[in-house]
Amino acid sequence: MNAAARESSSPAEMRMTISKLNFWYGSKQTLFDVNLGIAANKITALIGPSGCGKSTLLRTLNRMYETVRNARLEGEILLDGKNILAQDVTQLRRRIGMVFQRPNPFPKSIFENVAYGLRINGSTLPVAEAVEKSLRHAALWDEVKDQLHKSAYELSGGQQQRLCIARALAVEPEVLLLDEPCSALDPISTAKIEELLVQLKELCTIVTVTHNMQQAARVSDFTAFLLTGQLIEFSPTPHLFTTPGDPRTEAYITGRFG
Amino acid sequence: MSGRLRWRKFVSGFMLAMTGVCALVTVSVLFFVLGDLVVHGGTSINWNFFTKLPAPVGETGGGMANAIVGSAKLLALASLIGVPIGFLGGVYLAEFSGSTVAFVVRYAADLLNGVPSIVIGIFAYALLVLPFKHFSTIAGSFALGLMMIPITLRSTEQFLNGVPRALREGSMALGASKWKTIQAVVIPAAYRGILTAILLAFARVAGETAPLLFTALGNRYWSHGWNEPTASLPVVIYTYALSPYEDWHRQAWAAGLVLLGLILIINIVARAILSRGISVPRA
Repeated sequence: MNAAARESSSPAEMRMTISKLNFWYGSKQTLFDVNLGIAANKITALIGPSGCGKSTLLRTLNRMYETVRNARLEGEILLDGKNILAQDVTQLRRRIGMVFQRPNPFPKSIFENVAYGLRINGSTLPVAEAVEKSLRHAALWDEVKDQLHKSAYELSGGQQQRLCIARALAVEPEVLLLDEPCSALDPISTAKIEELLVQLKELCTIVTVTHNMQQAARVSDFTAFLLTGQLIEFSPTPHLFTTPGDPRTEAYITGRFG
Repeated sequence: MSGRLRWRKFVSGFMLAMTGVCALVTVSVLFFVLGDLVVHGGTSINWNFFTKLPAPVGETGGGMANAIVGSAKLLALASLIGVPIGFLGGVYLAEFSGSTVAFVVRYAADLLNGVPSIVIGIFAYALLVLPFKHFSTIAGSFALGLMMIPITLRSTEQFLNGVPRALREGSMALGASKWKTIQAVVIPAAYRGILTAILLAFARVAGETAPLLFTALGNRYWSHGWNEPTASLPVVIYTYALSPYEDWHRQAWAAGLVLLGLILIINIVARAILSRGISVPRA
């Protein structure tokens, strides 16, 4: 983290803190000594070329890496000051939601997709109200309110992705992780989701991985640039894109590689 | 048109015609069998066939009520044995086992699938007939159930493995445990394929004769409970078809038609149930 980032991010409350994070798939190390603070109710974007470790980094935050065999992690990740590695993983994932690269609705109705998280967590909230609230937050309610019991697969790709966002929001997570949420979508759906993310800042803290620098520049408050598993630069977004501190960052954002 | 292009068009047309002919042969064999069954069996089917016991030798008429009920009992109990074991074993194989265990179980299942049905019959005979000194529905069902296990297990495994990883991750990311994910997302996403495979296993053992000769034997009368020898459609077809009586031949045809009809009805009902759920579209 460079000085400018520390200065401007210090007034913001930190939701998550990552320190000295090292990560291996088998014997191959994919993250090296990553230190990063995720500011509360802000959007933090992770950018970098393919294979730089940005998705891996995202997947450590809700311990999704544990579903892969031979994955190993060293270091510390704090959520509200408590180490996530020492917590019950199902509880943790209830607090840290995730949206994936491709929309992955369950083979259930639109309603049941959103209700799923509530049902499995034995939530006592009235389900119908919570589903409506989440769909409204995901800006999908008006489009689906008359067809809640239809298959989720009848929705368009962009609608499906917003449904997945609604599904994640239903359990009221503190942090929402997004792994290239627009990479499978057309420009109009992408614009809708970007707009949505900015609105969702009020509800939760957002971390998004993107290979699209314009998107990072448009929506995020902070941007982290990763290269070959190392965090090269982390600054407030306008700062990183206008006056990058590292020549490698500059080379990447000006399109010289990646 | 150059010679080369003409040749290519000829090869393309020829191969297309060949695939069509092969498809036609397959379908026509099926329809030939069906037609033959209907022609020969249809004339012998009447209300008595479904409600009466077999008539004594020499008398015409009579029915196969005991064999129809016997087959239904045998298949119901066989499914109770074979489907849960095969299904849960398949879930374990697809979702929980390490690669070594999976290899061994898969190999054993494939071997079991390849064991001739008559050998399965002898096995059931040694295990459930010899010690009790009598044939029974239970022994017959055990043999048939044993044959259902490998088909159910392997296809359950295959269809579960075919469920996209993205669906599992979506569920786990919401805080669902692994078992909850399998139960609420993975199995519902795969259940159509699994049920189709179970139907296939069911239909396959429904026509098995050899294992029943050693286990359920046969019965000219009603079989009470589960512990007596019982008549079954395949065995009745076998004995009647080999008999010297013209009337029995006709009844064997009719029994074949009924057996086919039963399987067809079960298939249609199951498919009607299946078509109501939501399935994962192909990527």
